[in-house]
Amino acid sequence: MNKDTNTYSAAGEVGSVLESRSTFTRLKIELNKAPLTAKFGIFIIIVFVGLAIFAPLIAPYGEAEVFPEPYAPWSANHIFGTDQIGRDIFSRLIFGARNTVGVAFATTILAFLIGGALGLAAAINRSYLDLFLSRTVDVLMAIPQLIFALVLLSIFGSTIINLIIIIAVLDSTRVFRLTRAVSLNVVVMDYVEVAKLRGENISWVMRKEILPNILPPLIAEFGLRFCFVFLSIAALSFLGVGIQPPTADWGSMVRENASLIQFAQYDLKAAMTPLLPAAAIALLTVAVNFVVDWFLHKTSGIKDEK
Amino acid sequence: MHPVVKTVLERLGLGLATLFFVSIIIFSAIEMLPGDFGQAILGQAALPETVAAFRQELGLDKPAYIRYFDWALGAIQGDLGTSFSGRNASGADRSAEVVDKIAPRLWNTLFLASMAALIAVPLSLILGILTALYRNSFFDRSVNTATLTTISFPEFFVAYILILFFASLNQIFPSLANVDPDTNFGERIYRTALPAFTLTLVIVAHMMRMTRAAIINLLASPYIQMAKLSGASQTEIILKHALPNAWAPIATVIAFNLAYLVVGVVVVEVVFVYPGVGQLMVDAVRTRDIPVVQGCALIFAVTYILLNLIADIIGIVTNPRLLHPK
Repeated sequence: MNKDTNTYSAAGEVGSVLESRSTFTRLKIELNKAPLTAKFGIFIIIVFVGLAIFAPLIAPYGEAEVFPEPYAPWSANHIFGTDQIGRDIFSRLIFGARNTVGVAFATTILAFLIGGALGLAAAINRSYLDLFLSRTVDVLMAIPQLIFALVLLSIFGSTIINLIIIIAVLDSTRVFRLTRAVSLNVVVMDYVEVAKLRGENISWVMRKEILPNILPPLIAEFGLRFCFVFLSIAALSFLGVGIQPPTADWGSMVRENASLIQFAQYDLKAAMTPLLPAAAIALLTVAVNFVVDWFLHKTSGIKDEK
Repeated sequence: MHPVVKTVLERLGLGLATLFFVSIIIFSAIEMLPGDFGQAILGQAALPETVAAFRQELGLDKPAYIRYFDWALGAIQGDLGTSFSGRNASGADRSAEVVDKIAPRLWNTLFLASMAALIAVPLSLILGILTALYRNSFFDRSVNTATLTTISFPEFFVAYILILFFASLNQIFPSLANVDPDTNFGERIYRTALPAFTLTLVIVAHMMRMTRAAIINLLASPYIQMAKLSGASQTEIILKHALPNAWAPIATVIAFNLAYLVVGVVVVEVVFVYPGVGQLMVDAVRTRDIPVVQGCALIFAVTYILLNLIADIIGIVTNPRLLHPK
């Protein structure tokens, strides 16, 4: 092929290889076009993930390190003071990012594995399996999730593993419904039929034929479900039946320091302490919602009614 | 049979079936306990005879289905069993009936929930309809942003912000909503004001957005366009054409959010130390007092199912297509 730029030949241009943009460049272009709210959301998520991963390096003190002065005021040594038994609030906030967000993330993944697999299976095998799973999900969803979680936690006890499994199973009902609904449209496609006739087994059909086609709504749902799971776990920890001390966790931190709020007239800074972990929860949820909003907008092509 | 009656009966049957399955799930809570829980509740020092007597009292020597019917029949007659707390190793039994624990608190919870609903439902319907009518105006966009933010806030965050501003910095309302049966009505409203506001803020956002979406959906349908083209006034379109078809979605929205109130009330009661069923349930979960947990869960689940059922039925009864069959 002629690469000489001084001469022009039509054959040369037609023959030259079109270089497609790399995934990274495309991502950069998309990001530049993203609305301010989405950029803000992505920034917050990156900060939180960074805090979660590098918590021991960033935090000035240990997660359960106890100092002599409980309820110390905000100072240079303890940026946000200390809690009821003298642990550094700032350090616990940073470790809380790791524990609270980590547990919520693991729960959401598990919920998607259970709900997604069963939803796909029900959509492909539309016989007794579908009927049985759909009716079971109907009944499970007839009980308010927080109440159901409380009942199960009272039976099995509040450990982190139990918490993850219980919330994941309860939340997988929603994932099941969505996966089943979106894959029903794909299952009837010819290429799925062809794959079945070719003799591929159900796992292949699920992973290679259907999953790639239902991914966008599932990814958006992942963000929304993460918010929901995150808020449920925070609520349960706040109620004292979720993540247990001494593990630093935002929900229980709010509860432990709540009494400080009574002293707002004397020391406003100290009174803000219980609001910090709550604000962290709210900030992350808002950020994820912004990003999901933008993603839905991009993938669905739906424009707001104008 | 009239199609409306038929559909309503169908829904009632479905609701009863759901109730049946839900009660089985809640009942089996005690079934899933580890085998030695009698020992765990009575303490390590309990004699084998005491444990055996306790197991017999719970009826664990009978098959599960017989115990289910005993429990379900009892629950229908208002007998939810006996609490686990107050028992000890010597066999002395100072435990209380679950019903006696729940009954006074149920009234408190209902009071709080209905107070929140009375403020939230009209407010969100008006906001929803206004934002739908003036959509994409500055008013619409600011209300939307505000509600999107409050949806993402955990209930306890909203509650503590309210406490900070209205109870701590400016002492307008009490931060603890401690009421007892002797508290008179006005005082009761004053003390439950902050919890009720918290619940209102939490559900108004959902309810308003759903109402807005339902109305916008409706206003975009061809028959509304037709009415507009035929020269009907704005009020006429809303009242005569849109509303008859909007009752079903609006009823669903309200019931959905009242059901959501059932869950929100648990957290809010704990924040404000309000003596309601939610707080009782959380305490029971912490001490693993299963009969109390079961009783509370049953009440919450029944309320939730009933509200959804009522929404369904309102949707059917007001559906013009079903009311005037061809």
